[in-house]
Amino acid sequence: MIIGSIVNGLVIDHIPAGKGMELYHDLKLDELSCEVAIIKNAPSEKYGKKDIIKVNDLIDLDLDILGYIAPQITVDFIKNGERVDKKHPSLPETITNVIKCKNPRCITSIEQELDQVFKLTDVESKTYRCIYCESLAKK
Amino acid sequence: MKDLIDIRDLTEAEIDELVCTAEDIIANPDKYAEVCKRKKIATLFYEPSTRTRLSFEAAMLELGGSVIGFSAAADSSAAKGESVADTAKTVECFADIIAMRHPKEGAPYVASKNVDIPVINAGDGGHNHPTQTLTDLLTIHREKGTFENLVVGCCGDLKFGRTVHSLISAMSRYAGVKFVLISPEELKVPENVKTEILDKNNIPYVETTSLEDAMPELDILYMTRVQRERFFNEADYVRLKDTYILTPEKLENAKKTLSILHPLPRVNEISVEIDKDPRAVYFKQVKNGKYIRMALIMKLLGIKA
Repeated sequence: MIIGSIVNGLVIDHIPAGKGMELYHDLKLDELSCEVAIIKNAPSEKYGKKDIIKVNDLIDLDLDILGYIAPQITVDFIKNGERVDKKHPSLPETITNVIKCKNPRCITSIEQELDQVFKLTDVESKTYRCIYCESLAKK
Repeated sequence: MKDLIDIRDLTEAEIDELVCTAEDIIANPDKYAEVCKRKKIATLFYEPSTRTRLSFEAAMLELGGSVIGFSAAADSSAAKGESVADTAKTVECFADIIAMRHPKEGAPYVASKNVDIPVINAGDGGHNHPTQTLTDLLTIHREKGTFENLVVGCCGDLKFGRTVHSLISAMSRYAGVKFVLISPEELKVPENVKTEILDKNNIPYVETTSLEDAMPELDILYMTRVQRERFFNEADYVRLKDTYILTPEKLENAKKTLSILHPLPRVNEISVEIDKDPRAVYFKQVKNGKYIRMALIMKLLGIKA
């Protein structure tokens, strides 16, 4: 399968296979007017299969979301056809408006204008908890 | 420290300081009678409460201050759909400190992030109730003279009982504390309390369904009510509400030095015959609640006697 190479844009690589579409929506790439390609189940030496997203524009990217979804993801920044930067997102301290608190007793269940903020409470187990009610983050 | 939202906001030293101030207030009430003159506390209670609201109000009045507020969401602009943040910002124009109870978890935190005056969480759903924990700690300190080397039994609804979670969190900081967690299977302490507080701090604990078996080793028995308002399913509440009822017979094997605490209100989980037993300290606990809240109000307002 051939997808055209990018002149100015981003390549989000090493996305766990099957997570590409989810990430496409979480990053709000569906709202972009530029070309976006999602490659599913691409062969990967390290993981067997992976998803890749190519964005044909140098957009501002929320690396926190990537770090939360899968820390193995990498982002290549392409300018004039050349890779000028490569980023490895780390586990973010907080994630805002990516996941929704599912606790019906949480204040966010009745006050929808509040930001949905989750805080990293345990690095080892990658545990995130709602800053309001401390419920566990559930995707 | 600007606010008190969670008991974990307080260091051991700050808890000791509050307990020490409360003890001094009990010993020398006149010294504190006017320290909060011209200060106002707003008690914003979105759900019913007898002890906590009256305790905050009595505390401020005994410090020489005054009280404004509401005691039900229906009496506030929340009934018109006003957000917690907007209500807090409005109240900030009138009061020096806020004590908020709300059925939704995190509401006092939201208030605290939107105002410059101190906010005290007076109970947010099944989540936190830090001034109840301070009340429990002052009571334990007054009865035992220490927080260390105690076997603390928690009995009843340990799943939804926020006071139990906060007490476990606070007492886990002290050396030699052991917990005996007595509950029906359905109302056991949540996993995160066990893993993130007890296991993390290497605190010994046992879980049991038998109050009688646990009784002989307890220094503190912390009884709780199975709370109807925490259940979505009435049938579950009815099935579990009478699991543990403390009677004189069940106390036969208890230590003479046992202290029986209860955050109140009780329904039927402690027989009224127990009230006469000198080991029952739950009404003393209510009074202690006022003193520790006096100490807390002073601390948050930066007032010294």
